[in-house]
Amino acid sequence: MGIETLLSQIFNGLSLSSVLLLVGLGLSITFGIMGVINFAHGEFLMVGAYVVYVLQTLFNKFYGPGASGVSFLISIPLSFFVTALLGFLLEKVLIRFLYGRPYESILATWGCSLVLQQMARNIFGANNVDVASPGWLRGGIQMMPDLELPYNRLFILALTTLCVMGIFLYLYRTAQGRRMRAVMQNRDMSSCLGIRTRKVDTYTFALGSGLAGVAGCAVSLLGSIGPSTGQNYIIDAFMVVVLGGTGRLAGTIAGALVMGVLNPVFELISTSSMGKVILFILVILFLQGKPQGLFSLKTRALD
Amino acid sequence: MNTKAGTSAIFKFKWFALVMLLLALAPFFLSDFRLNLFGKFLTFAIIALGIDLIWGYAGILSLGHGVYFGLGGYCMGAYLKLQAEELPDFMGWSGLTELPRFWKPFHHSWFALPMTIILPVLFALLIGFPTFRARIKGVYFSILTQALALVFVTLFIGQQPYTGGTNGITNLQSIFGFSLAEPATMRGLYEVTVLMLGMAYLLCHWLTHTQVGKVLVAIRDGENRLRFLGYNPTLFKVLVFAISAGLAGLAGALFVPQVGIISPSMMGILPSVEMAIWVAVGGRGTLGGAVIGAVFVNAAKSYFSENFPELWLYFLGALFIGFVLFFPGGIMGFLQKRRLRWGNVLLRWRGKMLSRPSSNGLASKHH
Repeated sequence: MGIETLLSQIFNGLSLSSVLLLVGLGLSITFGIMGVINFAHGEFLMVGAYVVYVLQTLFNKFYGPGASGVSFLISIPLSFFVTALLGFLLEKVLIRFLYGRPYESILATWGCSLVLQQMARNIFGANNVDVASPGWLRGGIQMMPDLELPYNRLFILALTTLCVMGIFLYLYRTAQGRRMRAVMQNRDMSSCLGIRTRKVDTYTFALGSGLAGVAGCAVSLLGSIGPSTGQNYIIDAFMVVVLGGTGRLAGTIAGALVMGVLNPVFELISTSSMGKVILFILVILFLQGKPQGLFSLKTRALD
Repeated sequence: MNTKAGTSAIFKFKWFALVMLLLALAPFFLSDFRLNLFGKFLTFAIIALGIDLIWGYAGILSLGHGVYFGLGGYCMGAYLKLQAEELPDFMGWSGLTELPRFWKPFHHSWFALPMTIILPVLFALLIGFPTFRARIKGVYFSILTQALALVFVTLFIGQQPYTGGTNGITNLQSIFGFSLAEPATMRGLYEVTVLMLGMAYLLCHWLTHTQVGKVLVAIRDGENRLRFLGYNPTLFKVLVFAISAGLAGLAGALFVPQVGIISPSMMGILPSVEMAIWVAVGGRGTLGGAVIGAVFVNAAKSYFSENFPELWLYFLGALFIGFVLFFPGGIMGFLQKRRLRWGNVLLRWRGKMLSRPSSNGLASKHH
């Protein structure tokens, strides 16, 4: 096993980290602010990926196969808005009845995820579909003889960086973000001070869902997409939240880096199934020392 | 209150005996095919009892009970497989020429049968102790158990030579020399399942009516207060988790000979979450509810997959959402509420409302 294999594995891990980060951010924010666990989050990712597919198919039909480069760029914001809208609706119809009832939210959103998966199966068929990478993302940078950094993975890294910066600015530099953080820290007090917490909840949920949609765009670059695409990422994304701790941006980033990079590395040094086992044991052992995760909000509450 | 609890216990026992009798007589009025299905549902009811114990009473939601079910099932599967073949077929396909050492003890029933329960229990202790000791609770625990289910499925699929991979252990022929194709064997297995379900129910009933049961409920309703009172919730949580895992393992062992196959797809994430929904549908914190929920959801599942296979997942999704939103108490909660209302009407009609104002009195009177 050469150093190049390891490096390329780590690099591949970074793009997995990026996807997990985008998914995990939404999960972490919604859990931190509303105490709701959203298992349909993986399906938002799937919807985002299918938006790319549908838009590409439409563009190919009307403008010829050369248009996939343009359609991909358009599909990123479109995915964000479609999934954000979906999240908005879900929050209005279902989630708002589940605040502070995490167990119930698990089951109900799991139900949503089943319905969304079956809908995808009925609309797009049970088989996976391929999204052609836009022409300008084919190829890569040759770093070493055996180490090529593909453009599409670099693009995912850039996209994620952009999103995280956007979230950071939103959370820490805008009035909306300030309200969101206030509600996360102390809902009752924020409410007393005139923040409309329900409205904040809705926007937060929509924002988190939108991020999952963007993650879906990234996933569509990595391979074929299908009704169970979301399921492939959701468990790891939850582990990111457990590992990183809720309510802090830095925690989610650290958790995503660890989960994303260690996963392929362990798979390299053992077999792919043993890699998952090792990672799981390590997470359990780590939580022995820091049950709250890597980063957590300091509170005086016991729970 | 005590005397009331006493009479209601006797009354409940009557119900229990009646239901057990009906279940035991089911072979006389169900076709062999339906009986086999029903036997499968009853094994699921045993899992549901275990999940109710840990979720309904102790308030800990495990989303990885498929693992314990699978462990029990695989132990049983290994035993049955070795009864039929010296070297299981899938090992031959993967190029193994000799039985792996850890498979060898499964030749013996005195090892394999107890292992169906002991192995899940040991495993639950191994997982439960570190997580509960670190005070990982609530959804964090749920997520970890779910990740465990994922890890297990990946492992069992990956270790094809030792576990049979994606297909699992298939083609099981006989148990203790009785052919599994024979309806009489199926009836026998069904009666054993009924017996085991009854024993599991009594175990859970006894456990929830002792001091331990009170502590479990206290963990659910106020873990910190319990800690301040000098109890160590960790031990109780580990205990109930292990018992619950043992029940799931027992269910796995009963399931395998009735279905003739055990594979990773039966222990994965979706089956594990479905197990939780059985309990939610039946009614958390009521043992009868767990049994009813498991049978009801699975009956619905087989109805849908026979008639409208496309619609099953929609129905399941609707079930998840509907019960959480509209019937948080499940079927049992709904029935109890109904009974109270009818009880009130009845009592008002008799003009006895004033003499028995407490709802507890009403409930036990009309039990």
